Amino acid sequence: MADLTSRTPSGPLAESWDRHRFEMKLVSPANKRRYHVLVVGSGLAGSSAAASLSELGYGVSCFCFQDSPRRAHSIAAQGGINAAKNYANDGDSVWRLFYDTIKGGDFRAREANVYRLAQISVNIIDQCVAQGVPFAREYGGLLANRSFGGAQVARTFYARGQTGQQLLLGAYQALEKEIARGGVRMYDRHEMLELVVVDGRARGIVTRDLVSGAVEAHVADAVVLATGGYANVFYLSTNAKGCNVTATWRAYTRGAAFGNPCFTQIHPTCIPQAGEHQSKLTLMSESLRNDGRVWVPKRREDCAKAPGDIAEGDRDYFLERKYPSFGNLSPRDIASRAAKEVCDEGRGVGPGGRGVYLDFADPIQRLGEDVIRERYGNLFEMYERITAEDPYHSPMRIYPAAHYTMGGLWVDYNLMSTIPGLHVIGEANFSDHGANRLGASALMQGLADGYFVLPYTIGDYLASAKLAPVAADHAEFRRAIEAVEARTKRLLAIKGRRTVDSFHRELGHLMWEKCGMARNAAGLAQALERIPALRAEFWENVTVPGSGAALNQSLEKAGRVADFLEFAELICRDALHREESCGGHFREEHQTEDGEAKRDDEQFTYVAAWEYAGAGKDPVLRKEPLQFDSVHLATRSYK
Amino acid sequence: MRLTLHVWRQPGRDAPGRIVEYDAPDISPDLSFLEMLDLVNERLIAKGEDPIAFDHDCREGICGSCGMMINGSAHGPMKLTTACQLHMRTFKDGDEIWVEPWRAKAFPVIWDLVVDRGALDRIIQAGGFISAPTGGAPDGNALPVSKQSADEAMDAAACIGCGACVAACPNASASLFTAAKITHLGVLPQGQPERWRRALAMVKQMDLEGFGGCTLFGECMEACPKGISLDTLMRMNRDYLVAAVREREERAEAGTG
Repeated sequence: MADLTSRTPSGPLAESWDRHRFEMKLVSPANKRRYHVLVVGSGLAGSSAAASLSELGYGVSCFCFQDSPRRAHSIAAQGGINAAKNYANDGDSVWRLFYDTIKGGDFRAREANVYRLAQISVNIIDQCVAQGVPFAREYGGLLANRSFGGAQVARTFYARGQTGQQLLLGAYQALEKEIARGGVRMYDRHEMLELVVVDGRARGIVTRDLVSGAVEAHVADAVVLATGGYANVFYLSTNAKGCNVTATWRAYTRGAAFGNPCFTQIHPTCIPQAGEHQSKLTLMSESLRNDGRVWVPKRREDCAKAPGDIAEGDRDYFLERKYPSFGNLSPRDIASRAAKEVCDEGRGVGPGGRGVYLDFADPIQRLGEDVIRERYGNLFEMYERITAEDPYHSPMRIYPAAHYTMGGLWVDYNLMSTIPGLHVIGEANFSDHGANRLGASALMQGLADGYFVLPYTIGDYLASAKLAPVAADHAEFRRAIEAVEARTKRLLAIKGRRTVDSFHRELGHLMWEKCGMARNAAGLAQALERIPALRAEFWENVTVPGSGAALNQSLEKAGRVADFLEFAELICRDALHREESCGGHFREEHQTEDGEAKRDDEQFTYVAAWEYAGAGKDPVLRKEPLQFDSVHLATRSYK
Repeated sequence: MRLTLHVWRQPGRDAPGRIVEYDAPDISPDLSFLEMLDLVNERLIAKGEDPIAFDHDCREGICGSCGMMINGSAHGPMKLTTACQLHMRTFKDGDEIWVEPWRAKAFPVIWDLVVDRGALDRIIQAGGFISAPTGGAPDGNALPVSKQSADEAMDAAACIGCGACVAACPNASASLFTAAKITHLGVLPQGQPERWRRALAMVKQMDLEGFGGCTLFGECMEACPKGISLDTLMRMNRDYLVAAVREREERAEAGTG
């Protein structure tokens, strides 16, 4: 049974990270070069970790499936990054950012982790500025801040609507600097397909070279997964097409516990689906809600009318009505569910009635079109390019879409999974966001893990572990290579009648309907019945053209979808077991009279960590109880 | 819409390539160009044929993965738009569309429309960074940066590294890409200590990779989906020249000293 000890330091919260850093063992400078670490993934967490570890002197190999580490999906984050700098002098503090994040996560995250995140947030901004990240500035030359969904202070730093891009380029450039220096060996167009565990410790991975098809073993002293989230289990999501669960799922089947898989985030401001061949959903930054007003017609019969023909009095600004103190800035889960609710009532707008208006007429009248163009110009252009509608003159239509996954591999305070030597950082772990992530906190967590947490904690592991030398022809590596090769062979040999995408689309639709924004026991039970059947059909009837010995994008997709077909079951199982509503997990059976989420702290103040029990066997649920010593477990209210 | 596609097919780096014609009926104008290719691929797979390989990922115009020549233009006919953000409503029923990979000596074709753009990463490795190892940074507000400089840096930093500038250039030069990074870092106070070394090293690497020289055709700016300005080229040339002179002087001083 896996060890679920959180290794959270005891004592006062504010001192815990400092004390822990002192208590951790160090690897002496001369010895660092003797250790080799594999970093899988090159987004914010992966790039920053790989660069920082290399700067410390460790030998590092970094892997990404894209053609360059700069393409990782962190690049698409738009809005910003939070930090408790209190530059705006509006009452922010480390404690407030900590409290907001814990509360925003609906009290399902570890206090000590979140406090550390808030502490480190200030260092991240400094680090990024030093790297040349062109954050927005005020005329006096100081850094600009704005407020962002779910926060009442202006603590969000941003680089136009491309904050993720600029932060990633900063980390990518640091990584390239280390590649040039010889500290990091970069493997692009390589996909991790197995984790290798020797004597109970993670000692390497097996990858497929996506150009040559070569299956290769990589041996190391520790492995770091920075492979992102699994929102593509819904097929249509705001994630990049290549985002997948394969690396974390393979690690799970090798013994790493999976934490809170049902905690998925639906983002309220995405462009609604236009047709059946749509391949992804595009996010419109949440920052739009700073000025835009969300509404639908009060009466169903008005839905088909042009928005301009609906009188002010006939409009329902439902977020302002239901949540007067946060209004259009209500947190993502709340805003998403409210949109679903009005659409379920038949008051949605646009194709299929699955959309609500995000209207800029008021701010344009109040501030002028130029100000709105300066703030959101690139987003408005993007909207117009996709929909062929001009948001300066008619309101945008938006609808929630799967966006981020708070769940991920379980890790302790040191970001190590239940497999010693396997560390998990960024979105790939479950750690800091509880049941719901606040806007502009993903970039913060990815960089906190990569720049400022993992570089210390991995040293503690390496200094403590007595690692015997392992060769690439060790039996475990040979077994893993054979498993990868056999799987490839099997996928190619099926030669059925359905494409990989058609399976993915069907799975995604099922997950969205039964395990999306709102869930109930009956629907989840149906999904749990349907998923194994779909998976069985996949393994009998999928068609994967081409060979395994060359570039084969269908084969890449097939492997990822095969893993989603297994993983989907775990999400539903977790969602079914959690008989409460919290954050992004909304169980229809557990709501207040006015439709708000109803937590059950008595029974569910714990992390659900699922352990693999073998193929065809039910996974085992283990629990890490969550303790709240510093904050009071309150009902989340944004009214 | 019904379209006729002429697509470059090349099964491997060393394999001969050729244009293959595909009939593409029932294309909705709301599809993106890549979704249209997805659909064509689904139909090819159903017929037991190999799908067309192309790089893509975010599909929202920011990752820089996608890129192909569409009717002779990098990323197609719409300005400031990547292939993934190009929508089929730009075309009309009956159109013939020619789709080819980026063509440049420094971007060898890997498969169909997929090319190797590793040369761009190596230009960054040569000097496209500020050496600021994790940990030692001063407070973010310790060094004010004028809004004008921050904006100019951001304009240049918006480059997505897709390679369209190279593909559009008659000389297959990577000057716009290189100049964008030299400008982004060179206008910021944090980028000053390495400014001259950076310009020399990046330009040198660009030449080593086999990219052509810049003769100011300006096709790169026309093709750039992010609107990177030709002004960055002026800055690169100026910084390179100053750096070269400084280097010569330093060498001379070292020689006499």
